[in-house]
Amino acid sequence: MFSPVWFILIGTAATLAATRIPRAVVAPFGAASALALFAMALGYVGTIGDGGAITAPFWSVPSLGIAGGLRVDGLSLVFLLLIAGIGALIFIYAHAYLAGDPRLRRLVVVLILFMTAMVGAVTADDIVVLFVFWELTSLASFFLVGYDHENPAARRAALQALLVTGAGGLALLGGLIPIALAAETTSLSGILAAREAVLAHPAAIPAMLLVIAGCFAKSAQVPLHFWLPNAMAAPTPVSAYLHSATMVKLGVYLLARFNPLYQDEALWQSILAGFGIATAATGMAMAFRETDLKRVLAQTTVAALGTLVMLIGIAPDLSIAAAVTFLIVHAFYKAALFMVAGIVDHETGLRDASALRGLARAMPLTALAATLAAFSMSGLPPFVGFVAKELIYEAKLDLGPGSVALLGLGFFVNAATVAIAAIMSYRLFFGAPTPTPNKPHDPPAAMLVGPIILAVLGLIAGLLPALLGGAFVEPAAAAILGRPIAVPLKLWHGFNTVLLLSAATIVVGVALYLAWGRLVPRFKALRVVDRFAPAAAYERGLAALIALAETCTRNIQHGSLRGYLRTMFLVLAVATLATLILRGGAAWPAANDLTDPRLLLFAAMLIGAAATAMARTAIAAVLALGLVGFSIALIFLTFGAPDVAFTQFSVETLMVAILAAALLRLPLRRTDTRTAREKLGDAGVALIAGIAVALVLASVLATPFDPRLSLWFGENSAAAANGRNVVNVILVDFRALDTLGEITVLAIAAFAVAALLRKGAAK
Amino acid sequence: MDPVISLSIGGLVAVGVYMFLAHDLPRVLIGFVLFGSAVNLTIFASGRLGATLPPFVAPGADALAAGTSNPLPQALILTAIVIGFGLTVFALMLVVRANREFSSVDAADLNAAETPIDTAKSPIPPPAPLAKKAA
Repeated sequence: MFSPVWFILIGTAATLAATRIPRAVVAPFGAASALALFAMALGYVGTIGDGGAITAPFWSVPSLGIAGGLRVDGLSLVFLLLIAGIGALIFIYAHAYLAGDPRLRRLVVVLILFMTAMVGAVTADDIVVLFVFWELTSLASFFLVGYDHENPAARRAALQALLVTGAGGLALLGGLIPIALAAETTSLSGILAAREAVLAHPAAIPAMLLVIAGCFAKSAQVPLHFWLPNAMAAPTPVSAYLHSATMVKLGVYLLARFNPLYQDEALWQSILAGFGIATAATGMAMAFRETDLKRVLAQTTVAALGTLVMLIGIAPDLSIAAAVTFLIVHAFYKAALFMVAGIVDHETGLRDASALRGLARAMPLTALAATLAAFSMSGLPPFVGFVAKELIYEAKLDLGPGSVALLGLGFFVNAATVAIAAIMSYRLFFGAPTPTPNKPHDPPAAMLVGPIILAVLGLIAGLLPALLGGAFVEPAAAAILGRPIAVPLKLWHGFNTVLLLSAATIVVGVALYLAWGRLVPRFKALRVVDRFAPAAAYERGLAALIALAETCTRNIQHGSLRGYLRTMFLVLAVATLATLILRGGAAWPAANDLTDPRLLLFAAMLIGAAATAMARTAIAAVLALGLVGFSIALIFLTFGAPDVAFTQFSVETLMVAILAAALLRLPLRRTDTRTAREKLGDAGVALIAGIAVALVLASVLATPFDPRLSLWFGENSAAAANGRNVVNVILVDFRALDTLGEITVLAIAAFAVAALLRKGAAK
Repeated sequence: MDPVISLSIGGLVAVGVYMFLAHDLPRVLIGFVLFGSAVNLTIFASGRLGATLPPFVAPGADALAAGTSNPLPQALILTAIVIGFGLTVFALMLVVRANREFSSVDAADLNAAETPIDTAKSPIPPPAPLAKKAA
């Protein structure tokens, strides 16, 4: 028996290999890799049927506390077989369906990647591993839905699927983190074992709700269901694989995984049962507003997902057994019907249920597959759909009198399912043929293999229910319940209430089918549904998000230099002042030595600055600037900094010369062009900035001085560096590298100036 | 003395910022120079003022005598003055060059790289064309 790690290794290797092998055989290669996974999964059946599980280490990161193991139990095995088995059929189907499409390779590569991610997600025994694969399936779905990327509708649908399931993924992550913290492990089996600790955590309920939200987004539960019908923009092989049989069931999978943790919580039960049945009813009602074959099927998929979630939510053991059985049954018939819809679309050029009739004569084998699958979908004996439907009714009846609403809505859902099954088989294939754009005929064998195998499997499983029950349903149900369970699956339960309900379902379903032609236009005419649907809320939300982004851009990145500078100065000044005052750092130094003549130099400096601001000509401005510079140089000189003073003198002289030379060539407007209002605002900003600097400096001067660094330089200058001018020693010895950097900067600036002034450059 | 010096430097900052916010780039540049000087003075003053003796180690002495000025801010400012000078000259030449290319020294006219958004026209602004007026 192979370690589960091989599933992921083979899947990854196949993904990489598919990018290289010849295009003509890329889809068969995909089928071969899926078959390899399928065969490996079949090898587990014996062990797991005996109640065992296969574990393997995968990607543990001890430093991050990630256990990172893999584990295959009954639930994983059912998913593994469905993912790999249906995957193989899908690759074969795609080979013919997209024959000659230049983008076939891309589709196959992403499909294999998706298959690998699904396999990883259902075998992960670690929430980090699970989450990574979970998100990978969403990403793969994005690329597959947007396969027809030149079509704007496909791009929108892809984005919608990504945003809804991606937001769900974030919610899931938010829920998984507190659960892992409470359980003190990221291992899934560890978390289930630490049930009391997880439930006792203060954030247990919000965490549970977040996990549910993530699963609902993935599995298209009301009100997050709208992305699934839109995802039908994907090519049919993708719809049949991702959006009926596998990816959309990942949410159901995770709910089932966490069921042992929460199954006794009343909130868990009521949310799952309530939203589940609401989703089932919504999906079925919406199916009667569609005529596009794929969208009809997508709405029934929403309904089926709702039924699955509801079954996990209602407590009895029987309902879990019903959920697993229905999961398998649904994968069989829904993938088959999707492929049939694709065949009809492919061969006739039409996929409008109201415009197609009587195709059986032209495409008998397709009609056979569709009819067999539809029988299973309707729950007619001896198909396995019948077994599943009986179990669902039985589970609901077990709930007692409280289940009337569940039973009533469920009855409607089942009857509508019968009607849709009749549309997909009887209406499409029988009756008087209608004209179609292409002359219909049966498709190549590769496209028929999938639907026929799946449809026949539905019949075989129905005839041998005990085999299905013992090998697959029992181990999976045991995993969902967290304890062993016996599920005697039977085709015939005798004459009882359940059989009566089944018969009534068929009768009402046939009645609904007969009324279909009249019902659909009326349902479609209900525009009010569109206006208040969650899909409309999504559109409004997306528009609001873009508007918000525009508002932010307009206000923050408006393109005005003045605006940027004002914002920067204001934020800096206000933040500085607020910090200083709120944290109690503001202080004021003592006012002594007010007669010191050196203060006059500061006065001269301020006069120069004011003159600069008021200068009307360039030369006046430069001269006033010179006054400021020389005042500052004198300040340095008189306060014991002759080196700085001499530097300031020479730089100031150079600056005045250069500025004068340059400014004389520039039009310095006689007056400032700011309006009075702008000037007032700028003066306000300037004043706040000035106050901020003054207060910070005053507060600094009012606190005691820490002279350690200065003393160190004073003591070591002569002793260690043999220099008596301490400032010079700091510059050329202690901080010599800084000075080297400074020289480099100056040199670069000189080069840049030379480049800027080069004659006729950058024309 | 300290309160007066603090307020004077604050005043220099205020004038610098006021000039910095002007429309025409020569004034912006002058504001930049004033602001830079104010920052230098702030560093200088935060090393404490008052001493008049330069930070020289007297011949024969091992260490700086008490009463000399603080050498550390002076070393910092020396670097800052020179770098500031380089930056100012570079910015000045950018303005000269911009004036030659666009015949304008108004910051609002130099928007080839970042066109102001006009949401009335389109929800998302198209990339701005790099159109240049002849010098």
